[in-house]
Amino acid sequence: MELFIAQLLNGLSLGSIYALIALGYTMVYGIIQLINFAHGEVMMIGAYAGFFAVSVLKLNFFVALLIAMAVSALLGIIIERVAYKPLRNSTRLAALITAIGVSLLLQNGGLVVFGTDYVSFPQAIQKVTYKFLNGNVTITSHQILIFVITIVLMIVLQLFVQKTKTGKAMRAVSFDKDAALLMGINADSTISITFAIGSALAAVAGVLLGMYYQTIHPTMGTMPGLKAFVAAVLGGIGEIPGAMAGGFLLGIAEALVSGYWSTNYRDVVVFGLLILILIVRPTGLFGKDTREKV
Amino acid sequence: MKQQQRNILIGILLVAFYFAMGFAMDYRIIPPFQQVNIYLMGINIIAAVSLNLIVGFTGQLALGHAGFMAVGAYVSAVLTLKLGYPFIVAVFAGALASFLLGILIGLPTLRLRGDYLAIATLGFGEIIRGILINIDYVGGAAGMNGIPKMTTWTWLYVFTLFTIFAIKNFLNSTHGRACIAVRDNEIAAEIMGINTTYYKVLAFSLGAFFAGIAGALYAHYYFLIQPTTFTFNRSFDILVMVVFGGLGSLTGSIIAAIAVTALNALLIDFGGLRMIIYAILLIVIMVFRPQGLLGTKEFTFKSLFRDKERGDSVC
Repeated sequence: MELFIAQLLNGLSLGSIYALIALGYTMVYGIIQLINFAHGEVMMIGAYAGFFAVSVLKLNFFVALLIAMAVSALLGIIIERVAYKPLRNSTRLAALITAIGVSLLLQNGGLVVFGTDYVSFPQAIQKVTYKFLNGNVTITSHQILIFVITIVLMIVLQLFVQKTKTGKAMRAVSFDKDAALLMGINADSTISITFAIGSALAAVAGVLLGMYYQTIHPTMGTMPGLKAFVAAVLGGIGEIPGAMAGGFLLGIAEALVSGYWSTNYRDVVVFGLLILILIVRPTGLFGKDTREKV
Repeated sequence: MKQQQRNILIGILLVAFYFAMGFAMDYRIIPPFQQVNIYLMGINIIAAVSLNLIVGFTGQLALGHAGFMAVGAYVSAVLTLKLGYPFIVAVFAGALASFLLGILIGLPTLRLRGDYLAIATLGFGEIIRGILINIDYVGGAAGMNGIPKMTTWTWLYVFTLFTIFAIKNFLNSTHGRACIAVRDNEIAAEIMGINTTYYKVLAFSLGAFFAGIAGALYAHYYFLIQPTTFTFNRSFDILVMVVFGGLGSLTGSIIAAIAVTALNALLIDFGGLRMIIYAILLIVIMVFRPQGLLGTKEFTFKSLFRDKERGDSVC
């Protein structure tokens, strides 16, 4: 039982990070139907921005978080404008290949600029370990922080998408882009805003991931990025609540596999899960079954 | 020229090329350290042509070609090194294993509209590596050492030609036309009565089959294979060849495979920079010329002799 609770707590903090990344995937997919392969790398850049803000500029953790969000948001907008926008009317294949190109460009660019060494992430927030259940279960202040930040951001995002005018525009464009254009919505800037928000959330995930594992590396975005995509599919791609639920579910599943079985097989389980969802329920847990119209 | 005459001419040229290259390598006119690149070119041609069948002709993005090469390499190496089967049996067993895995991955993901194949294959490459590291029988992270060097120039040449002609003939058959129809317009193809899932899975698993052959040839040339030999970067390299050569051009893939392999050898000291250059080129090509450099055009003898008449066949 103690092992179960301990792994559940680990899963919740890891799942929070996956959920934050998955939100970006699902929002971008919802609005332009593109798997943004570069999303994991945007997260990596965010992590490095946070790292420089804390260790070089000696800023407060939360200020650093805001800077990382701003850097990643800008990067997201640039990527969309330069690489994806010219391809909006060409084939999906071309857009996907471009996305994979952007991902590789950022990753290898990172390897050249930041070096190939693992950089230890500064402990900007004091790490306190709390023990309970006779000391068999521990929880750190970092885990609590990760969970709290994620929940707060999710509530803010949900309010933004449901209550503001821009949020309404985002929902309109993802529902029907042409009709939204006719209603006077500026689709281009709405898509840019979507990329900016998704990328900013990825930056938070990157900084939190750096804090969680205590190291960062230019290739750190690949695996969490892939898993977050699986989380997005699990929850139903294009559905914001789905991405949140999917992220938490995946994080918990991964932690339980690591705890009860072997850490070697957690990646296998994650992708096995993807295949399983695609067979059993391709629309995901929260997805609606939509018919394709010609 | 008549069809028959042209075929005879191509046959003579191919045989002449085989003997010329064999002679050049035996008598060290091509220095031994350059011969590695010749073998690599052959292996890359097989990989690029088979990936083009999936990406270029059927329009499905697969990002795990190196994973299938790994399957072919490991299965064939186990058969020759540990169980003592003949080379040819091992190569086809490796290819068959890849083929079956291709069906296993393709069936759930290609059934759906959307881009799930890209993610599933990307994950597949990682999983294969993760599994191989954990199997002690195949050497774990250290890999398999001392695989007999059975990939001779003759075998390489035979398998490369076999791959090219098998895929060329497949594409000119009913099944190949169906694959091209799926790429051009999936909904229209479905309305014409084409079982789109069947043809997507067929093209994908056939591509995996030939990737398995490429992997097997690789293992029996380098005599050492490790889980890290077949990383995502290798899959990306093959994708670069397909895009440079043109999505839907077999001859383009062959030329690009040769060119990119040569370029890789030249830029070997600039590993990171090479990937950056390729990534930028990939983006630029997709933005300005989404069909790839050559597009769907093929280099044919017809186009060499008679420029004005555009080839009427696909390949």
